[in-house]
Amino acid sequence: MSLTSRDALLFLGVFILIAATGVTQSWNVALGILNMGLVSAIMALGVNMQWGYAGLFNVGIMGFVALGGLGAVVVSMPPVNEAWAAGGLRIVGGLALGLATIVAAALAWKRLPAGALRALVMVAILIAGFFVFREVFDPGVAAVESVNPASTGYLGGLGLPVLLAWPVGALLAAGAAWAVGKTALGLRSDYLAIATLGIAEIIIAMMKNEDWLARGVKNVIGIPRPVPYEINLQQDPSFVERVNAWGFDPVTASSIMVKLLYMSLFLSVLLFLLWLAQSALHSPWGRMMRAIRDNEVAAEAMGKDVTARHLQVFVLGSAVCGLAGAMMATLDGQLTPGTYQPLRFTFLIWVMVIVGGSGNNFGAVLGGLLIWYLWIMVEPFGLILLQGVTAGMADGSPLKAHLIDSAAHMRLLTMGIILLLVLRFSPRGLIPER
Amino acid sequence: MDLLNALVALLNFVIVPAVAYGSQLALGALGVTLIYGILRFSNFAHGDTMAFGAMATILVTWWLQGLGVSLGPLPTALLALPFGIAFTALLVLVTDRLVYRFYREQKAAPVILVIVSMGVMFITNGLVRFIIGVDDQQFDDGARFLISARDFKEMTGLQEGLAVKSTAMLTVVVAIIVVVALFWFLNRTRTGKSMRAFSDNEDLALLSGIDPERVVRITWIIVAALATIAGALYGLDKGFKPFTYFQLLLPIFAAAIVGGLGSPLGAIAGGFVIAFSEVTITYAWKKVVGYVVPWWEPEGLVQLLSTDYKFAVSFAILVIVLLFRPTGLFKGKSV
Repeated sequence: MSLTSRDALLFLGVFILIAATGVTQSWNVALGILNMGLVSAIMALGVNMQWGYAGLFNVGIMGFVALGGLGAVVVSMPPVNEAWAAGGLRIVGGLALGLATIVAAALAWKRLPAGALRALVMVAILIAGFFVFREVFDPGVAAVESVNPASTGYLGGLGLPVLLAWPVGALLAAGAAWAVGKTALGLRSDYLAIATLGIAEIIIAMMKNEDWLARGVKNVIGIPRPVPYEINLQQDPSFVERVNAWGFDPVTASSIMVKLLYMSLFLSVLLFLLWLAQSALHSPWGRMMRAIRDNEVAAEAMGKDVTARHLQVFVLGSAVCGLAGAMMATLDGQLTPGTYQPLRFTFLIWVMVIVGGSGNNFGAVLGGLLIWYLWIMVEPFGLILLQGVTAGMADGSPLKAHLIDSAAHMRLLTMGIILLLVLRFSPRGLIPER
Repeated sequence: MDLLNALVALLNFVIVPAVAYGSQLALGALGVTLIYGILRFSNFAHGDTMAFGAMATILVTWWLQGLGVSLGPLPTALLALPFGIAFTALLVLVTDRLVYRFYREQKAAPVILVIVSMGVMFITNGLVRFIIGVDDQQFDDGARFLISARDFKEMTGLQEGLAVKSTAMLTVVVAIIVVVALFWFLNRTRTGKSMRAFSDNEDLALLSGIDPERVVRITWIIVAALATIAGALYGLDKGFKPFTYFQLLLPIFAAAIVGGLGSPLGAIAGGFVIAFSEVTITYAWKKVVGYVVPWWEPEGLVQLLSTDYKFAVSFAILVIVLLFRPTGLFKGKSV
């Protein structure tokens, strides 16, 4: 049930790896890796709920993570009052109209008797609704986006504390997951994969293009922090005095201090989630989930509503990914929709879950930390390796230059090889389900 | 006259691009659907196999161009295609031998194979980036236009020009040849029939003495050919950029599912359904509307969705099909 000594050794190993970076390079780098590793571990926990508990194949993690980041902006950035005055109402009204159209179409489909008339009415409602929506919505968007576009040009957020954004990010992701799950669950497993792949691309496209929402590719920077700024620490006489007394340089110490504060925040969230996930897994609910995963037909025969339970766990897992996304945006202090890449935010998380051990929460956390470490370190290692390989070649030869330039792409290759090796020789992962 | 102009504008901006794009999608979806039918999993590495094939073709094209070989008005890449196919076939056969065969023998669940294909995707993607880098590559040569907009205007005296890129035309011609050859192979030859038998009922096929490994090998070779041709044509038409092929995965899968996974005919129909919807929904209709109803001057571009949302179109079609007809237009496999 709990950790064996072998698992503890594995965790210790990862921490030694990270600490070694601290000793040989700098503690700043090591803590940076650890912080993102903790966030990745939370994402891996979320995916493990979907895949490990229930066998659901979600390849849209990137979208849910991005929605979490959007949550951070929507909650914590100060509102742009001018923009609200210019077109806020129109936008809200437009969105409400759009929602009403979808609801009306769904109602028409449910209430009317089956036949050509029903399809016609539904299509008519959707088409008319779309044009009314655009009529109301578009001028609002134009008005909002023209308000000081260089620095704002969006509606801004609610100006609330950023920590509140974390659960909100989770809620946003849960909402999207509900909509996807409602359509694609209960069909074949590949369909869910394709549907989630699609929704992730659409979410990213939306965040890149809807400038009124979060400035699109112009990025939102300066998301408020839950921890003090380095510069404030450096100007705080009591901090400087204490640090000097311990013999540290105040500039380095301040940035390490900030990272440590982030780390303690992330660690407490991770431990709390881990506790929740463990209790859920070992409750009757968890046993039911695993029973459904192992034999859907038998579970259904026992009176379990398979589709409803799948929807439930899919929403929960996606919410955890959204939470991690909000935490990541908080850590970065910015939302940059252009940087969300499926290889980095979807498939890498999958490598974490598989390598760590699907079905085991501790495994997911271990995988998150270890794979994130490797993801960061493979590039310098690859560079050293390629420099070794090309050492014999003449300087200035195009092949040598090409190989050295290609070191950056070693990551994908390595991750793919790790994934395939684990799947082949140790399919249950480092910390197997038990 | 105005109606004629509207028609030409429609041809130029909607129909010609959609036919070319649809052919590329159809070729991609055929590969996905064949793998699904014979090996019974959704191959996530397909987009990157296309990228690899296109890359191999580009490298051979450069080599041929260096030797001074040219096909005149046709792009040299056409000559390089067989080499590209050979390299890609080698890659997928080695992958199958090293990776997929183990799981086939174990009779692993399809979803495990999907995850495995994800690992293959990582490696192929890494290889492509490693070998050719992430930048745009141009390898198009030969005549640029079959008809240029100016020539067309001079010929017909219409206001609107019709430009047909030679690559678009080439795409369609090659796609037709490939599809005819594929259907002839599947329906007329002994090997093709054994493939269809294997896809319809594995046990019966085994019972009648069909060698499963041979069927799998031939499937991979055909898929490599389809992926390379699709990838190279897409690259010729729109420029080669490694990461765009990953993004093609969604429309390709949407096409295969809309047509019915496992049904080759469905894959082709699906490809054109997706391509036409994508182009018509993201096209700015202002010009065409202007010719047809000259008294109405629309304010905006009369564009239903901005082109950045083209994924949303394939996704919406996918969802509609999933909701109302999960087996696709042409009854595909449901499990």
